Amino acid sequence: MNLSPDPWVWLAALLTLCIYSFLYKDNPFYKAAEHLFVGLSAGYFLVIYWYNAVYPDMVVPLFKQGKLLCIIPGLLGLFFFFRFIPKVGWVSRWSIAFYIGVGAGMSIPATMQMRILEQMKGTMQPFFSLETWHVFVENPSLASFGALIGIPLMIVGVMCTLSYFFFSREHKGVLGGMSRIGIIFLMIGFGASFGYTVMARISLLIGRVQFLMSDWLGVID
Amino acid sequence: MGQEWFSLDRLNVLIGVVVYTALLLYFIYQAKKGKELFVRKIAGLEAVDEAIGRATEMGKPILYIPGLSTISDVATLASLNILSKVAKKAAQYETRLIVPCTDPIVMPVCQEVVKAACLDGGRPDVYREEDIYYITYSQFGYVAAVDGIMVREKPATNFFLGMFWAESLILAETGASTGAIQIAGTDAISQLPFFITACDYTLIGEELYAASAYLSREPLSLGSLKGQDWTKLIIGGLVLTGVILSTFGLRFFANYFTTG
Repeated sequence: MNLSPDPWVWLAALLTLCIYSFLYKDNPFYKAAEHLFVGLSAGYFLVIYWYNAVYPDMVVPLFKQGKLLCIIPGLLGLFFFFRFIPKVGWVSRWSIAFYIGVGAGMSIPATMQMRILEQMKGTMQPFFSLETWHVFVENPSLASFGALIGIPLMIVGVMCTLSYFFFSREHKGVLGGMSRIGIIFLMIGFGASFGYTVMARISLLIGRVQFLMSDWLGVID
Repeated sequence: MGQEWFSLDRLNVLIGVVVYTALLLYFIYQAKKGKELFVRKIAGLEAVDEAIGRATEMGKPILYIPGLSTISDVATLASLNILSKVAKKAAQYETRLIVPCTDPIVMPVCQEVVKAACLDGGRPDVYREEDIYYITYSQFGYVAAVDGIMVREKPATNFFLGMFWAESLILAETGASTGAIQIAGTDAISQLPFFITACDYTLIGEELYAASAYLSREPLSLGSLKGQDWTKLIIGGLVLTGVILSTFGLRFFANYFTTG
């Protein structure tokens, strides 16, 4: 065992253990670590916002470069503080309305472009390709079979999944059948995603255990 | 070199937005005229009343997480619509509603929404501003705090509705361990599996957007939902047309959907 002499490593290790103690049950060590984490992160983000947004995007252009237009976003930001004065608290709604309006206006064309049109184009593939059929016939393997059925499967999956999200009709008859197939496609996708993410989480746990065993306790290299 | 005011490369985007908007406006107009617009049952939403009733019977609070995204995120906006309905019901039942927020702008909006809902429910006296608060912008700092709330306050019902990232499983698992009934909904595809696994009901993707229309039955929301459904029909038709033409080697149709 080769214990770390670095007090920061000790602090990180002890806080890690405090957080992990929650796996047993809620306890004072977890509470202490939780409050420390919340308080530190709130303060940290305040500083981050000041240096990454308020100072470079408002203070510098307004007071050092004389860009008077920056008064408008500055005022809108200040309006939020009117919430502390109940009589004029409604002024903060202007900022909220502006923020939501701009956000929606900017995201609608981007969503139409990336999440609808590009996806539609990607789905418009030949349902059946003679080329992949010949490849499969000449070299029948799992890979060539996958290439052969991949696109038809994707098209059927897209259409059936889309039908699941059709809310204007009861899911009966053809629509019901399609939506049931759609939910199967969804669940298969979710299952794959679940497995993939669980693996990623386990690698995070391994990283933390490695820190404790190597950097702190020094029992592994 | 001046920038172009109109990009022809994105004409298809404009057409798409115009068609979609026209459909929305048409159906909103129809709904406002009083036309009956049908919306199918959404399983997770049927459970909302039951979940609020359970909290009331047990005398425990309801925890509502409006996601971790900003106010401009569509999922957050949809979540706020549902929050309004949940808050109204909770106010009528005099059940405490806790809404911890991670975004400093979402927090005042949540306060406004809950305050208006209490007023709408005829119980402005039960509104508690101190129960709708900001925690921190740090993702895992927020999760640590919400986990703490779950084990200490022991809410009978947890709502996780909005945009979520890696914290989804931690929240849902902790909630499940406290025995709370959990209703989740998000359009974050990568987080849906975790909610489906750990929650009692999950609104999948667009069901979250449909939820507010289903719950409120307001002409604006219902009309929007109808417009979206018709847009999906058109998209389905266009995709099928594109697939058929592409199968015969005609790619010109699919190329219309290329964006600059």
